[in-house]
Amino acid sequence: MADTTWRASLGGAAENRSTRAWRVGSSAVIVAAVVLAVLVVPPLVNLDEQAVNLAAKLRPPSREHPFGTDDVGRDLLLRCVYGLRVSLLVGVVAAVVATVIGTAVGALAAATGGWVDRVVMRLVDVFSSVPHLLLGIFIVAMFRPGVWPVVISVALTHWLSTARIVRAEVLSLRSRPYVDAAISGGASRTRVIVRHLLPGVLPQAGLAAVLMVPHAIWHESALSFLGLGLPTHQASLGTLVQSARGSLLAGDWWPTLFPGLFIIVPTLAIAGLAGAWRERINPRRRSELML
Amino acid sequence: MKTAFQKLPWGPMARMTGRRALFAVPVLLAVTFGVFAIAAASPFDPVKAYAGTAGLTASQENLDQLRVNLGVDQPLAQRWWDWLTSAVRGDLGDSSTLRQPVADVIGERIGWSVLLAATAFLLAILVGTTLGVLAARRPGGWLDRAVTSLAYTLEAAPPFWIGLLAVWLFALKLGVLPSGGLTDTASSTVTAGQIASHLVLPAAVLAISQLPWFVLYVRQGVGDALGDDPVRGARARGLAERTVLLGHALRSGMLPVLTLIGSRVPELITGALLVETVFSWPGIAAATVSAATAVDFPLLAALTVLATAAVLLGNLLADLLYGLADPRVGFDG
Repeated sequence: MADTTWRASLGGAAENRSTRAWRVGSSAVIVAAVVLAVLVVPPLVNLDEQAVNLAAKLRPPSREHPFGTDDVGRDLLLRCVYGLRVSLLVGVVAAVVATVIGTAVGALAAATGGWVDRVVMRLVDVFSSVPHLLLGIFIVAMFRPGVWPVVISVALTHWLSTARIVRAEVLSLRSRPYVDAAISGGASRTRVIVRHLLPGVLPQAGLAAVLMVPHAIWHESALSFLGLGLPTHQASLGTLVQSARGSLLAGDWWPTLFPGLFIIVPTLAIAGLAGAWRERINPRRRSELML
Repeated sequence: MKTAFQKLPWGPMARMTGRRALFAVPVLLAVTFGVFAIAAASPFDPVKAYAGTAGLTASQENLDQLRVNLGVDQPLAQRWWDWLTSAVRGDLGDSSTLRQPVADVIGERIGWSVLLAATAFLLAILVGTTLGVLAARRPGGWLDRAVTSLAYTLEAAPPFWIGLLAVWLFALKLGVLPSGGLTDTASSTVTAGQIASHLVLPAAVLAISQLPWFVLYVRQGVGDALGDDPVRGARARGLAERTVLLGHALRSGMLPVLTLIGSRVPELITGALLVETVFSWPGIAAATVSAATAVDFPLLAALTVLATAAVLLGNLLADLLYGLADPRVGFDG
């Protein structure tokens, strides 16, 4: 429940048409810029983001280094772009895995019904009773180090709300006449699920997946910051903040500030776009979504 | 004449508490088993963790003996059952990093975590209510837009990042507050004044991480209440704007929000994990992180179960308050 609150609250506010268009437009521009930066910059620029230059260490932001340099003279703008790349990759993979698990579990529970539904949903309740980050920390602590434990730990803690959403959606679809028609026409259970129920829940599941990406990035960065996520040499947004701690305590703010902004701005942009999409796929629920 | 306290529906509330306690037993059993199952599936070896660096030079014989002593050679279900039966008797095992009984670690630290979390929560409620009411007064006005934008931005900002920037600003640049710990390094005694000054930054950052949710819900609740009949009636009677806002709209708008507080325990724990680490606060969340870093399974397992129990307790509290606040809901859940 907490999870859905988090998502819903990033949606929309009371606003008129033009501010809404502006919000959606700017969100789209930012998301496009992020995707472009992550896909195009590394091969195009062909610079070594690991290149150490001790002669230029801890330079404040300047024209040459817009974000400054870190404690071994690496350019922070480049490091942030590479960090965003790793974090985004981890976030997208974890969100896709979590959505697949959540959709499968939710659809299975709702389509089967009976004791399977009750047992599965009870398990979902049990899983939700453990705070996400704590369960993530536990999984990573047992399996570390590496990228995969982080992906798995984020995915395993985030499929619950998708399972609930998909289950509710399938339950409502199941009572529609066209499903009755398919069943009385002799369609098998698998065919009903795959042909008639799953296509109906895909928009909801897709929306949940998109909204999960910033959440997953947030989790990855928290795990990496705690020293339990990606190894320090692998620039992710969390490891960048983690390795900037020493410089920060010496008074240099820029190695900490910019990676954090790289988490916040894409998160807000993705939430802005997803909010518009959500209003489109279920306009009736708009009043609830104000929260 | 019965007092208001005696008039509370104690019977239904006690029955709800009893039902929830019964439900909590299988949940906690499942969580403890899950914790053991994850550990069993992982490459983690309790013998090596227990022996530490000595394990590198120890003979195979000694390691095998240790394996038997620790009971690691037993099957998963047996180890889980042994842990569970001694946990019920109050023995949670020994922390392998702190070389101290887990129960003692928890006992020493939980008070500091509760102090931090309670202060932060009170702060979040006060500031959140104020900002939420201000925003709700004119939906779509500049203040509303500023407050909601701030709330969304803070919601997206990682608490550890806010904490680090706060350390930079208040401890390093302005030098007005200490950067972490519980007392000054030079002092050997713990005084209330020192604790208070060390509490300010972590509590403020934890409060900020809880603030967005609160602001947005109060804004929504009060905003909805402002359009309801009682408020319109109060306006029609010519009551002062202040009375209408604080006496009518806030009261009915806040009720559902206050009842939800108990359900925020997971987010509070998440925030505490990060904030206690940033500020080296000697609480239970910081211990969780160091237990995870050192793969201290006995401590980590106990803390995971404890956190789950706290979440269930918070849910119960939320539902009890909700039933009290809105008699239509009742205590059937």
